[in-house]
Order: sequence, then C-alpha cells, then structure tokens
Amino acid sequence: MSSVRVLVGTHKGAFVLTSDGKRKDWQVSGPFFAGWEIYHLKGSEADPNRIYVSQTSGWFGQLIQRSDDGGKTWHQPGLPNEAIPPPGPPTALPNRFAYDTAAKPLTTHQWYDGTQHPWEFKRVWHIEPSLTDPDTVYAGVEDAALFRSTDGGENWQELSGLRGHGTGPQWSPGAGGLGLHTILLDAVNPQRIYIAISAAGAFRTDDGGATWKPINKGLRSPYIPDPNAEIGHCVHHVAMHRARPDVLFMQKHWDVMRSDDAGDNWREVSGNLPTDFGFAIDVHAHEPETLYVVPIKSDSEHFPIDGKLRVYRSRTGGNEWEPLARGLPEKDCYVNVLRDAMAVDILDECGIYFGTTGGQVYASADAGDNWTPIVRDLPAVLSVEVQTIN
Amino acid sequence: MGSGLNQTERARAAQVRVALPYHLRNLARIEGDVLLEVAPPVTLRAVLDALEARFPMLRGTIRDYGTGQRRAFLRFFACEEDWSLASPDAELPAAVAAGKEPLLILGAIAGG
Repeated sequence: MSSVRVLVGTHKGAFVLTSDGKRKDWQVSGPFFAGWEIYHLKGSEADPNRIYVSQTSGWFGQLIQRSDDGGKTWHQPGLPNEAIPPPGPPTALPNRFAYDTAAKPLTTHQWYDGTQHPWEFKRVWHIEPSLTDPDTVYAGVEDAALFRSTDGGENWQELSGLRGHGTGPQWSPGAGGLGLHTILLDAVNPQRIYIAISAAGAFRTDDGGATWKPINKGLRSPYIPDPNAEIGHCVHHVAMHRARPDVLFMQKHWDVMRSDDAGDNWREVSGNLPTDFGFAIDVHAHEPETLYVVPIKSDSEHFPIDGKLRVYRSRTGGNEWEPLARGLPEKDCYVNVLRDAMAVDILDECGIYFGTTGGQVYASADAGDNWTPIVRDLPAVLSVEVQTIN
Repeated sequence: MGSGLNQTERARAAQVRVALPYHLRNLARIEGDVLLEVAPPVTLRAVLDALEARFPMLRGTIRDYGTGQRRAFLRFFACEEDWSLASPDAELPAAVAAGKEPLLILGAIAGG
C-alpha cells in the first residue's frame, strides 16, 4: 500500500510526518536540526530516500544537509559523520555558494534606495532535485541566483546566465529580500526551467540554464513605477501540472495569473476570490485545471479575512473559485501561509497539504473537501513538501 | 591524524582548547571543549584553520566562505578579552596557546 511522507521546514527545525495511504493516522518525527531555520527540504523523485535540506542561521550561515534513508539520518554531503576526517583538504564544500565572478558584469543589483548594491549570498530559499538523477539538484538563493550540484550537493556551481541577464542590475529585493524562491523543472522538455524571484519576476531557460528570458508580459503591478515593466514584479509563487508544463499558474503579490504559452503571456484569473493577495498556489495532481490558493487579506495584513482560514479551489483553471472551509478554523485565525508551504500528493484521491505560520499543518485526503490538522503546534512553518511512496 | 601538521610541527605544537557554541557542538557531534594541536605562532587564524581541518562540517559557519571574515553575530574571547576585532594573525595570549585557558567562540544573544 502506498504511504505519504510530508516534509515540513520550520523556523526552528525540520519535521517528517508519515502516514499510510488513508492519511488518517500520522507519525511525527523531529525536530531535525533543532533551532535552525529550515527554509526548504525536498525529496528526489528519482530516489525517494534522497532528501535535500536547506539549513540556515543568522549566526552560522548556510548549510546543506542530505538524507539517503528517507529522513532517518542526515549528513552534510561529502562530509562523513565520523569523528576524525581523512587527511588532506576536503573535496566537498557543500555549504559554499560562490557567485560566478568570471562572467560579465554580475557585480551589483538595485538596492531599496535605487542605488547599486553588491550581490551578497545570504541563504538558500528553495531546493529542487532533478526529476531523473538523484545527484543533480538545484538551489535558489538570496541574493537571487540559481545554483546546481551534480554530485549530490557536495559542490555547487552557479548558472550565471540568469544573474548575468541584461536586466540583472535592475533587480531589486522585496521586503523579504532578493530571493529566488521558485524552480519548476519541465518533465517533458529537460532543457526548460522556470524560476521566479522576488521582486524581479519570472524567467525561463530553454537551453538547460545557459540563457534566460523574462516571462512577465501581462503582469500588471500598479505599485511599481511602470506597472507593465519587463521586470520588477513581485511574483510570490508559480505552479504547474507535470503533464502540461506549458500551462503555468502564478500567485503574484496581488493577482492570481495564468499562462497557456510557457509564460510568454499572462492573464488574470483572480475572478471571484475575496482577495487575490496571497503566497501559496498549487495544482491538483490529476486534474490540470484544478488549482488551489489561500487568500490573504492584504500586503499590509498577512492573515485570512475575518479570521476565517479558507483554501479556495478552482476547477476551471481560474476565475471561478469556491471556498473550502470544512475542518479549517472558522474564527480568530490570524496566521499566514507562505509561498512554499503548500503541496499535493499523487494518490488516486489527491491529497492537499499546507502549513501555517502558527505551526499547524493541515491535510485533506479528498482534494480539499475536508481538512484535518496533522499537527497544531510546530514552530512557524516555512515550507511543506510531500512524497508519495509506493 | 587530522591535524594537518608534520612530525616536526607536531613536536612543537600546543594543545589549544576551543569552546564552541551549542549549535556548532551539535554540528560537529561533540560534547565539551575541543582540543586542537596548533603549531606556534598560535593565532586566531591558525586555531580556526586547525578547527576546520579537524571538523570540516564547521567550514563556513564561523568565517564567511566568501570573505573569510568572522560572521557578524559571532564573537571571540580569550582570557576575558574580546578578540573579535583583533587581527587574525595576532598571537593569542600565552595561556590560550598553552591550553590553560580556552578560546571562546560565542553567538550574539538574541530572542526569538
């Protein structure tokens, strides 16, 4: 029988929640890396026992951890856990994210006051394992750049064509920093990757990461000097259905958007949502036109409207939305759901999961009709990913 | 083994004691202070080089990878003196070089 493993990154450690395919009874393990910020952890589809973790700290910087046994044990890639390391310098530098300074100009980006500011590595926001090779993994970092490892996270190289895009010097941070937070790998065309940056916008490569183009046409952001600018939009998250990679759904700062041509053009599909501000967005595993968002009141008040936590579902690819409330708090709920904190499983009856800044992780085993909390009192949830184990 | 010193250097080396903050002890999977063989002159740089050679998982956690600078929220203390802003090539006090006093690596205190 299939089982489900939910990987939860929080403000103070990582947790692994497991259940059988019924998704009623859950076992909670963790905290792993207790006291550290776990921005994201995600398992490899090519080898579900392989899990990569972004472990970060304001004091001690960035670390990458890896499990090769489904989350039972962890290590920094290439660094054995034995007490005495082998002689000689280490060949693995799993927490070294060095910007490529050999390429052009790659020196500065726009700062909050409009001046130019040097690129400075701060942390890994998002980890995206390859769909086919457990040793290949991508990392989206702040200040915005895309890195790739082909040796299981032991060493990282920047795909500098992204940051070296001609618009790079105009990229500026959102309130949370200049983070590359979304990486979507195209399962049909392995040369195609989508990424998104707050607050530069969305980009696409069609040559495996060598060159990139902004894909923000149709986005409109009234709060920036040119509302229709090529770059500068605060994209919060982008989702796709695996079988239909040319169709993208985006939760922008405000507005839920849709593209049917791989991001070349976008149109708004916010429709009847009570507010189209939010962070998380995802697509049903088996229904490419069914998508989910969690509306948040506004950019000034990061919590649900009227204290009622609601997931909204559209079965029409947007525009027509229905609230999903059964099992979710009806009052006095003032949490947020962050951009990487929603995921779906691929069981026949698609399961939907999301975590809140209040430490709850909610699950629905029936595509959103009914919700139950798996856990209620974790630290603030930063990310949720799901592995379906056969 | 692991110290990176040759036979002559090992003969001259002192046993330097380093006290790490909680999270770095966990990361290195150790309890208590670390004892390191460090050939003179015993400077901050030499001690941190020896620490990272002995515990590679600590590379980048005390000194920034890119700049080699002390991480902003960490401080170095020795013999009740703040060495955080001292040159990394200045010799540490004799009591630290002799292993009588530890080099303290502390994280800034903060809530949350």
